[in-house]
Amino acid sequence: MEDAAIYAQASWFQATARQRIEGLLDLNSFTEFLGPSERVQSPHLHLFDLPSAFDDGVVIGRGKLDGKDVLVAAQEGQFMGGTFAEVSGAKIVGLVRAARDHRELPQTVLLLLDSGGVRLQEANAGELVVAELMRAIVQARSAGVAVIALVGGKAGAFGGAGLTAATCSRIAVSGQGRIAVSGPEVIETNKGVEEFDSKNKALVWSTDGGKNRRLIGGADAFAEDSMEGFRAAAKTLLAKVPAFDLKTMQAEQKRLAERQEKFGACDDAVSMWRTLGIKDPEAIRDMDSKDFAALATSIKEANHDAR
Amino acid sequence: MLTLKFSHAAKRRLAGKQATAIIGVVASGNLEVLLERVLPGADCEIEIATPVTGYDETWKAVIDEFVERFSPGGLRISINDGGARPDTVFLRLMQGCALMEKV
Repeated sequence: MEDAAIYAQASWFQATARQRIEGLLDLNSFTEFLGPSERVQSPHLHLFDLPSAFDDGVVIGRGKLDGKDVLVAAQEGQFMGGTFAEVSGAKIVGLVRAARDHRELPQTVLLLLDSGGVRLQEANAGELVVAELMRAIVQARSAGVAVIALVGGKAGAFGGAGLTAATCSRIAVSGQGRIAVSGPEVIETNKGVEEFDSKNKALVWSTDGGKNRRLIGGADAFAEDSMEGFRAAAKTLLAKVPAFDLKTMQAEQKRLAERQEKFGACDDAVSMWRTLGIKDPEAIRDMDSKDFAALATSIKEANHDAR
Repeated sequence: MLTLKFSHAAKRRLAGKQATAIIGVVASGNLEVLLERVLPGADCEIEIATPVTGYDETWKAVIDEFVERFSPGGLRISINDGGARPDTVFLRLMQGCALMEKV
């Protein structure tokens, strides 16, 4: 029992994909699909003289969260940056499509995103699979499936993972979690250092990091960086999943238009936090998870019925 | 990509009931080890895929020592290496055996 209590406090950020699944779901409830023994791995990496992984860096399966049946997919951010590729992506797409097509399967999908985006060695397949995944998620949500993104890994959720997160029913993020489409280096390379200085870590983390995403409505729950933290966040989000209908879409459109209007003139995250009416925005960065989560629930922009 | 194969006759079968186990991640300085209880008797086969060449003798020394000390009879062990140091390799092999030995 003591071990379990210690493990519940283990860092999500530091954990592997398999450890996260074990820490997130009810004890011994996970059954893996296409496990490592089946060796469903990349047919391309050996051409580049790169090592493959037996699961191509994605673990999929089913289990229970607080007694409720769920499907789960976890990206391994340490393997090739958790990238979307032919096999790794197809495993996630297949899982979401299965939920969409088979009502007897769990109608909840948890996506443990930890990805820099598309795997460059398999770029065409990777780009295609991101498009397929976004389509599958939207179709699944239309069919009544709840798709929840959990973001708090080392690779963050960039590129296709950022796009994928944006199509989900709900998003949970930790302080170490980062969500964006173009990464800091990409923005600097294309737009210049004046636009975004990727070496300025305080700027990068305050912009892409979990606290900012939560405050401006880009994430719906703030998780403490632990197994129990993400477990609690996932349970909270599952209790109230928005219907995927015209009303929600219109609310989302309105929310984003208002956000653009409100923050359009801000040049960094702190100025956005000031605009939100936060009295001491400079203090946000050092605020602990509990105080921050409480603050976020009091901010109007962070709490909406859209998405 | 270099593939190394080793076949050993261990002293005895590895204890425990687990049919398969996986430990580690293919990342820089790390490796993944897949263990499968599929071989008869005390046979043990180990296959390694590594992008790093020139360390065949080091791999052989680590595997010999591991088989001698842990007697992983009955196991087929497959390794995807990301350039791990010998001590990391040994640690992962030990962790893998500990997982397989669970009842």
